[in-house]
Amino acid sequence: MIDKRSPSLAAAVAGVADGDTILVSGFGMAGAPNALLEALLDLDVRDLIVASNNIGEDGVGLAKLIAAGRVSHLICSFPRADTDSPGMTLYRQGKLTIEVVPQGTLSERMRAAGAGIGGFYTPTSVGTDLCAGKEVRTFDGRDYVLERPLPGDWAFVKAAVADRWGNLIYSKAARNFAPTMAMAARTTVAEVDAVAELGALDPEHIVTPGIFVDRVVVLPAAERRAA
Amino acid sequence: MSGFARDQMAARVARDIPDGAYVNLGIGLPELVANHMAADREAVFHSENGLLGLGPEPDAAARDPDLINAGKKPVTLVPGGAIFHHTDSFAMIRGGHIDICVLGAYQVAANGDLANWATFDRTMPPCVGGAMDLAVGAAKVFAVMQHTDKAGGPKLLERCTYPLTGRGVVDRIYTNLAVIDVTGAGFAVVEMAPGVTRDQLHDATGAALAFADQSAPAQAMESATR
Repeated sequence: MIDKRSPSLAAAVAGVADGDTILVSGFGMAGAPNALLEALLDLDVRDLIVASNNIGEDGVGLAKLIAAGRVSHLICSFPRADTDSPGMTLYRQGKLTIEVVPQGTLSERMRAAGAGIGGFYTPTSVGTDLCAGKEVRTFDGRDYVLERPLPGDWAFVKAAVADRWGNLIYSKAARNFAPTMAMAARTTVAEVDAVAELGALDPEHIVTPGIFVDRVVVLPAAERRAA
Repeated sequence: MSGFARDQMAARVARDIPDGAYVNLGIGLPELVANHMAADREAVFHSENGLLGLGPEPDAAARDPDLINAGKKPVTLVPGGAIFHHTDSFAMIRGGHIDICVLGAYQVAANGDLANWATFDRTMPPCVGGAMDLAVGAAKVFAVMQHTDKAGGPKLLERCTYPLTGRGVVDRIYTNLAVIDVTGAGFAVVEMAPGVTRDQLHDATGAALAFADQSAPAQAMESATR
């Protein structure tokens, strides 16, 4: 029988090791898997490489993990935080390095990783500082830059509802990067608000098929607010 | 010299958005454009975090933390709105499906180069977000900006001095002083704000300006449609 539900947050993140790359869903706080990220604080892991659109906020989730010194490298499109936040302090001290990647390129690099594509040419960033050192080729008179896949050892994603096969649906714009990240990691862990009986999710409405999901941990919304 | 106020700039941009357009509005002043769309024009507003059909800001009671725009502000969806993931959202952008993108700019050059993502501050990491994707992907790129910087220096230049967001991408510029097209031959003034003279506009601009005939503005406006 397939049952991807983990009995606890600790079980859901078990196996994360020093130096692992974790793809972290969310755009701002919408769709951020804060409970999974904070569960890493109970493990003795460091030098994590995190790919996320943002750098975390409100001192929770990714911001908390960064503040604890667990993340050494961030791959990010919009790493904006308060000047005196722990993340910015670590950045200025050279303890947190940040690779800035255009948002669409960040997403497409993970899609490529999930889809078995070895690289792709995009017009985004051609002629800018972010294409420095990368191969540029001209196709049909337009310049494109070569970008490589961005696979994760792990993807931590937040979804609204899962079933025991790991099929996922999301809540509104909290979907953002999660479906792409779920494809792109060796082990994908979904933090969800609720679990549905197998067959209760309309197959037409499933956004992420369970083949892309390895573990599911339920954290009801009520519990999330109390935490 | 009087010039356009922020809402007048937004209203001027809205006049150039045709019925049926799919439009991405950047953070800040560009967001105001949605408030000025004529009632007889239906435009669909896109947000790069995965929404089409953005509606007005909700009442405080109706805010949903999962329904936000690219500026992370609470929004609503109009009937017909759609939700999709990031990779599809940027396929819409990069794939040329967005008709018009309206964005802010630090600098625009006479060759259409855009600088709107990074300065020379090295104490903070630069934040690019979706700016580079929008710059190369949208069919038309409209830049909305103050004509000069806080010190009075020009932001419309022969060449950008700030790091580029994209090369040769800007089609039209809306400032507090004028509406200006970027043509193969440089900046061409489409119209000037009331009370602004040609001399004043020259003095505030760091590149050559061509002035169109009286008949030109209406044609130039039509060219903003795909």
